[in-house]
Amino acid sequence: MSTTNKPIKTTSRPARTLAILGLVLVAMVSLVFIQGATSVRLGLDLRGGTSVTLQPRIAPGDEGKVTSEAIDQAVSIIRQRVNSLGVAESEVAAQGSGTNRQIVISVPGDTGRRVVDLVGQTAELRFRQVLASASGIPAAADAAATPAAGVSAEVNAKFAALDCTKPENLQGTGVDAPTDTLVACDRAGATKYILAPAEVLGRQISKASAGLDTQAGSAWYVSLTFNNEGTSAFGALTSRVTSLPEPTNQVAIVLDGLVVSSPRITEAIPSGNAQITGSFTQLEAQDLANVLKYGALPLAFDRGEVQQVSPTLGADQLNAGLLAGGLGLLLVVIFTLLYYRALGFVTVGSLTIAGLMLYVLFLLMGEWIGFTLTLAGIAGAIVAIGVTADSFIVYFERVRDEMREGRSLRTAAETGWVRARRTILVADFVSMIAAVLLYVFSVGGVRGFAFTLGLTTIIDLIVIFWFTKPALVLVSRSKFFNSGHPLSGFSSKSLGMSVAKEA
Amino acid sequence: MSKLSGLGGRLYRGETSVNFIGHRRRWYMISSVFILLSIGALSVQGLHLGIEFKGGSSFTVTTTSPSVTDARAAVEEAGVTSEAIVQLVGDNKVRVQTGSLEQAQNNAVQDALAAKFSVSASTIDTQIIGPSWGKEITRKALYGLFGFLLVVMIYLAMALEPKMAVSAIVAVIHDVFITVGIYALVGFDVTPATIIGFLTILGYSLYDTVVVFDKVRENTKSITSSSTKTYSQAVNLAVNQTIVRSTNTSIVALLPVAAILFVGAGLLGAGTLKDLSLALFIGLLVGTYSSIFIAPPVLAQLREKEPAMQALAKRVHARGGVSVPASTTAVAAVNGRGPRNQPKRKGRK
Repeated sequence: MSTTNKPIKTTSRPARTLAILGLVLVAMVSLVFIQGATSVRLGLDLRGGTSVTLQPRIAPGDEGKVTSEAIDQAVSIIRQRVNSLGVAESEVAAQGSGTNRQIVISVPGDTGRRVVDLVGQTAELRFRQVLASASGIPAAADAAATPAAGVSAEVNAKFAALDCTKPENLQGTGVDAPTDTLVACDRAGATKYILAPAEVLGRQISKASAGLDTQAGSAWYVSLTFNNEGTSAFGALTSRVTSLPEPTNQVAIVLDGLVVSSPRITEAIPSGNAQITGSFTQLEAQDLANVLKYGALPLAFDRGEVQQVSPTLGADQLNAGLLAGGLGLLLVVIFTLLYYRALGFVTVGSLTIAGLMLYVLFLLMGEWIGFTLTLAGIAGAIVAIGVTADSFIVYFERVRDEMREGRSLRTAAETGWVRARRTILVADFVSMIAAVLLYVFSVGGVRGFAFTLGLTTIIDLIVIFWFTKPALVLVSRSKFFNSGHPLSGFSSKSLGMSVAKEA
Repeated sequence: MSKLSGLGGRLYRGETSVNFIGHRRRWYMISSVFILLSIGALSVQGLHLGIEFKGGSSFTVTTTSPSVTDARAAVEEAGVTSEAIVQLVGDNKVRVQTGSLEQAQNNAVQDALAAKFSVSASTIDTQIIGPSWGKEITRKALYGLFGFLLVVMIYLAMALEPKMAVSAIVAVIHDVFITVGIYALVGFDVTPATIIGFLTILGYSLYDTVVVFDKVRENTKSITSSSTKTYSQAVNLAVNQTIVRSTNTSIVALLPVAAILFVGAGLLGAGTLKDLSLALFIGLLVGTYSSIFIAPPVLAQLREKEPAMQALAKRVHARGGVSVPASTTAVAAVNGRGPRNQPKRKGRK
């Protein structure tokens, strides 16, 4: 081993770096209080609740491919159903990318079975003639008690009693049989309808898009094209209702048992090309077009995974996770103190800072991106204690190697850093690749693990660059460490130097 | 501890040296036996897959008087005729696992269990996995595995050396094989958490290998300009110099994982924590082994095939006046610990 003692530039200012890191930490903690994010959002496996992962697929008997738009629509349908449960902090999210997405529903508390029953049904789009309509607010319902012609008294009574302001009436049932005369609310709960049996089905639509009519001012419209079957069915429907009185000249577009839109038919449309106009905003027009597109391919939902965790088990898991974390941390601290003596305190300090940063980031990310901590996430954080401590070991061992080559601790802290830095960067980058790929190629709780693992890898880099290294340089200037005190972890004995002298 | 530290110093200067590279046939042999055992166990017994992969339902009742017979009776009352696995978990839980059921049947089992143990149905922890779910997560895990190996190989080839990347990947594949083999042999449950553990090990095993290889690179930067060491000898020195580091990082990585395993298996009985940490624990041990005993010898073997390295080996041996095959390593024995470390001659074509 050739020893090349190059002069080392001592331009680093450890005290300043440490002060900056201190300021950053203070700023982060203040941000927590400013944002009011003072508690970590816990996942359902830690506080109890139901999570359902749905895999969208083509409804039985249909052909075609799952499209991205169809999944977007499916998500909004499921969201409508879940929101109707009225449970606070329920979440519906799509995971994955493109057409290969799963829909993940999380509902806290013990509503379990209702959620599971609710979200699994196929939703279909249908066109139905409006037989009667009234305001969805119950007070007005009494006024509009005029029974609609050709409708059974039973349906009329149901119609009169329907209260569209109640969430359970806005959940979308997915059980509206196409041949039934139906009583339904619109999606917003403002209007209720009696609807005739379905005459045109969503899958008979071949194309739908939103457009802007520049000639008539800037009015947004939705145009739709039917396939052969749809053209004749829609032609028959429109020519029959166009001359009827209000509101029976309207055709309701019903998705999942809720009325999305109920345009008035102004003329018979035998061509299969229809245009829906009205006072649409761009967003409304695009939403409607998407609903119609979805109708072209109704999706069924496979319940991929259903997990029901009681609050008791949740609390147990949280405690177990915290206990494991505390125990793991304690073991690592004991090991580093035994092995590295006083130097171990630099490690303990680094781990404390890393832990603080992680906790603050959990708080802030819960507020900003809805991050929830799951059991797998806690496991990721505990495993990361090891990864973080590894970087210190790589650095400290490097410094000790440098000292074995005859450098003073002061110099070794700098030269050892230059070499250790490279190793740490390469190794942490590999960890990062692992975390990112785990995140991309996984579903559910597992993602929490990958997320915390990636987060802690970044924190590891921050801590070792801005705390461990400057801290070591700073202590290397102190007499205790530089004189090779037996407890410093840098004594010639613990470096194995005395052995060399004897030999 | 200070004894150990003193050892670190001797290892660093090459006074104490373990001939990792020269004895590579021994390590290869050990690993081959393990890999053969793994393949055998996989083909005979296969992996014990959890319901996440097969599809099915799992119900866990927390009660003061858990009983397997009561639980089994409840399942039969609910009209589920297919095979159900009933087991006690910890001292206050009983778990029922069935094959894929209709939603109505799931509800029936839940209700029957609730009635039998006089608890509310909402306190029963359930997990229901659709029949096609396993395929989906298996597919994703495989994509993740291959994507990871590919990306890491490219990255390591750029950051270190191409042959180092190859050796590192060989070691990782070795780790995966043996870990999976142990799972097949012992019959541990494989769940998605296990898979995550596996995938994490890949990253971790590489962390150790990267530390060793970085030192190798440093030691061999201008190796051909002198005639003091063969490539294999330089690699061997690097492994010896980093072995304290590798051991320490592995211990520090194992400690928290052991803590999770202890708490997860001891207190919770079964579940994410146990599955994850068990896979990590086994994988870390295997990964530490391979980063010392497999990756460096493979690298040395690959590089010794290069003409420049063979020429170097010839020069080194000419200087030393000892004829040693390029594949074995002569490590200078200092400190009176000589003969043990003399290279053994082994027939090699």
